[in-house]
Amino acid sequence: MSVSAYTAPAPGDAAVIFDGVSKHFAASGKSGAFTALDTVSLSVGRGSITGIIGRSGAGKSTLIRLVNGLEKPTGGTVLVDGVDVGALDEAGLRELRRSVGMIFQHFNLLSSRTVFGNVALPLEIAGMDKQAIEKRVRPLLDLVGLADKHGRYPAELSGGQKQRIGIARALATEPKLLLSDEATSALDPETTQSILELLKRINADLGLTVLLITHEMEVVKAVTSDVAVIDHGRIVERGHTFDVFTHPRHETTRAMLSGLPGSKLPDAVSRGLKPQADDGDRAVVRLTFFGAAAERPLISQLIKSVGAEVNIIAGTIDEIGGRPYGSLVVAYGADAETAGRAERFFTENGLVTEVLGYVA
Amino acid sequence: MSPDLLLRIGSATLDTLYMVAIAGLIGSLIGLPIGIFLATSGKGELFPAPTTNRIVGLIVNAARSTPFIILVVAIIPFTRLITGTSIGTKAAIVPLTIATIPFVARLVEAAIREIDKGLIEAARAMGATPMQIVFKVLLAEARPALTLALTMTIVSLIGYSAMVGAVGGGGLGDLGIRYGYQRFMPDVMLVVVIVLIVLVQLVQSAGDGLARHFDRRSRKN
Ligand SMILES: Nc1ncnc2c1ncn2[C@@H]1O[C@H](COP(=O)(O)OP(=O)(O)OP(=O)(O)O)[C@@H](O)[C@H]1O
Ligand SMILES: [Mg+2]
Repeated sequence: MSVSAYTAPAPGDAAVIFDGVSKHFAASGKSGAFTALDTVSLSVGRGSITGIIGRSGAGKSTLIRLVNGLEKPTGGTVLVDGVDVGALDEAGLRELRRSVGMIFQHFNLLSSRTVFGNVALPLEIAGMDKQAIEKRVRPLLDLVGLADKHGRYPAELSGGQKQRIGIARALATEPKLLLSDEATSALDPETTQSILELLKRINADLGLTVLLITHEMEVVKAVTSDVAVIDHGRIVERGHTFDVFTHPRHETTRAMLSGLPGSKLPDAVSRGLKPQADDGDRAVVRLTFFGAAAERPLISQLIKSVGAEVNIIAGTIDEIGGRPYGSLVVAYGADAETAGRAERFFTENGLVTEVLGYVA
Repeated sequence: MSPDLLLRIGSATLDTLYMVAIAGLIGSLIGLPIGIFLATSGKGELFPAPTTNRIVGLIVNAARSTPFIILVVAIIPFTRLITGTSIGTKAAIVPLTIATIPFVARLVEAAIREIDKGLIEAARAMGATPMQIVFKVLLAEARPALTLALTMTIVSLIGYSAMVGAVGGGGLGDLGIRYGYQRFMPDVMLVVVIVLIVLVQLVQSAGDGLARHFDRRSRKN
């Protein structure tokens, strides 16, 4: 299987379009001038869950804050549903913000308000009357599974529950777009998964476009259909999540992917890895397989075809964007004959391979 | 102690309460918006006006650093203008109020600056106006801290009100000076001090209790 060519969503199908967007922070006080975003162009497909991943300081928060005008671009335009955010005045921005939900890493719930009161806040701000608010909030609490907690205060909730309230609050004004700034970064892996499941469900059931930023590949892998990798204020790679994961092009992407379980070589192996083979060495090769290949008994066939000893060093079977995907690191004789047989087998089976190095 | 003296102590206590209440009320009503302004008008904040912010800050600092007793004397013409007199309980309310304003302003500013910036960000992201943010987020979230600030204000006012007694201001301080000190009646002095202590204790525990009641930041039960 090959990488499907990535075509950006057509302008009409895009919920958000960044067009040559730059953000330059002027020098102030002790901090010097800084270019946080450098001519970023990106479109977010309507109804998609699009991820933006990058390291700390890459410009992710700055980018997402441009969408609801919490930050103004210093160059280029940001279009949300065709509306130029940078051109809106304060009143226009407020109206836009009521149609864009946002959730945060630290939840940002009001400690002085109950769960109900927190979810009601955006509706009060929008000037909705009490009865209508009541009618709107109840089903939202049901949706996030916290109807029984409506009279509780945030301090009485767990992190995951707080984020559910954050999500209910973000959905209160029935937005078409949900922005998520590291919404799961303060949560443990299990809670992260349950929050991601909730986001997926909302995306599917309500047709909501989700733009999420994160520094965790796990998050991107679990929920997004599309991803962009941002590094030092530039988009360095973008595409369908599956393609980017299986064929990372940019070194930043590779580096971030290497943190995923199953991608990392055992230390003992990576320490002994050499760039060139000496006599009697073994080649360490990463096999990536997806689709039908992920379901075939590849390993026994591989051992049969190569004819020599094959060690399995690391491996994982997983799903990315709902598609099965496997990654296997194996070692076999680096001599021309064995290597030749192995390569033939890989080609015949449509496996993507990458020689990581050689070990004695 | 003679019934006459007891009566005097009772009425002096009422005078003190009266001064504290009026000065506390007016001073807080004026100090609160100034405090909100100080906390929200810095560069890039809700109502950006950095220059005005700095000027108001300077005035507040100047007022805070003027010793109270000097303030009392310095504003005598102003006091006379407002109350028609410069001695007595009513006259004492003017300097007490003036001293309360910057005191409250700084406490309110500190209480609001304590609030997590993320909450302001979240409210902005919901499309809140700056005024909505002040009322629905800042004042609501700062309520426990504001309650404590008000408590501290009243406690300080009780102290200051005793001080105006020294310049003929009426109230418990006045009584203590005139009887306890000038006529050398230590028992009067003692009673005055005890009443002041009890007042301060009552105000402080009521304030603490109320603040705790408002504070939802940690788990209860
Ligand atoms: N108001 C500001 N003034 C000056 N520089 C800023 C400002 N806001 C952000 N920056 C700088 O812009 C860069 C990008 O910041 P941003 O918050 O977008 O990063 P991020 O990718 O979200 O990082 P993290 O994962 O740590 O949240 C950082 O180097 C930061 O210091
Ligand atoms: Mg960030």
